[in-house]
Amino acid sequence: MDWLTHPWPWYVAGPLIGLMVPMMLFIGNRSFGISNNLRHLCAITQPPKVDIDFFRYNWKEHTWSLVFVIGTGLGGYLAGVVFANPLPVELSPAAQEMLTSWGFTQPGHNLVPEELFHTSVHNFTFLFACGVLVGFGTRYAGGCTSGHAITGLSTLQLPSLYAVLGIFGGGLFASWFLVPRMLQ
Amino acid sequence: MTRYLPYLLVGVLFGFVLIKAETASWYRIQEMFHFQSFHMFGILFSAIVTGLISVQIVKRLNKQTALDGQAIAIPEKAPGRKSYLFGGLIFGFGWGLIGLCPGPIFALVGTGSLGALVVLAGALHGTWLYGALKQHMPH
Repeated sequence: MDWLTHPWPWYVAGPLIGLMVPMMLFIGNRSFGISNNLRHLCAITQPPKVDIDFFRYNWKEHTWSLVFVIGTGLGGYLAGVVFANPLPVELSPAAQEMLTSWGFTQPGHNLVPEELFHTSVHNFTFLFACGVLVGFGTRYAGGCTSGHAITGLSTLQLPSLYAVLGIFGGGLFASWFLVPRMLQ
Repeated sequence: MTRYLPYLLVGVLFGFVLIKAETASWYRIQEMFHFQSFHMFGILFSAIVTGLISVQIVKRLNKQTALDGQAIAIPEKAPGRKSYLFGGLIFGFGWGLIGLCPGPIFALVGTGSLGALVVLAGALHGTWLYGALKQHMPH
């Protein structure tokens, strides 16, 4: 049962993720995408007094999508807890060297670095702020990696190409210029 | 409720794959943005190619109906440029900093990561902020 606990190579994981697009079409003519659920969760919890137009719609029509991300969480639990990988992330030597130079003592020991994710006011402020960027940006762009990079590009949509260029531009800038400074 | 079961199962598969492929790993995302490994690019490229081929097959099928009887039609994204580029940039900043995009956020929350839950809370607030400011933003 090693295949259930060991990490999966890109040529297994990538095609499985790509198959989400036709599977969602076949199940109920749905467009594969994740970040819309953030909008639905806002629509569900919007207090009547606030009443922002963007969140005033019948979210119940999107129950299927919320069920999908509940499944995603369950899948995460199965893969990360029940069938947890006992080994560290096999990063490339170049990445290990870079991460060590950034001050990480055990790069890849867990999926995410303790240094950034362990419970502290400082960490949680940072995590929350980054979450705000992800939530704001994905809604502004109308999609995330799944809706634009995978669904959008595989259905040859020009707007998704703009979104992907933006995403990679922003990611490169953050990873090259902000992350190293923030860790010093 | 049974009509939602297929979505649940496909969602479980998606979350499982995201974690098994280490797409929710902050380290993997830094490695990707520094072009130090093919792993993440391999995932993205092979996912897009698989999606592309299967959508072309679906388009050529004679019987294009979903399980629930609906006709299969692929919706077009609204035309535009600014919102896609600017929104993408802002999301990309967040992704580069914290190494999590929305799918992996949900998958990592499932592993019991409190930090991922904080990212999710932030993402909901960011989404709300966009909803509140939408009419003032260039689109």
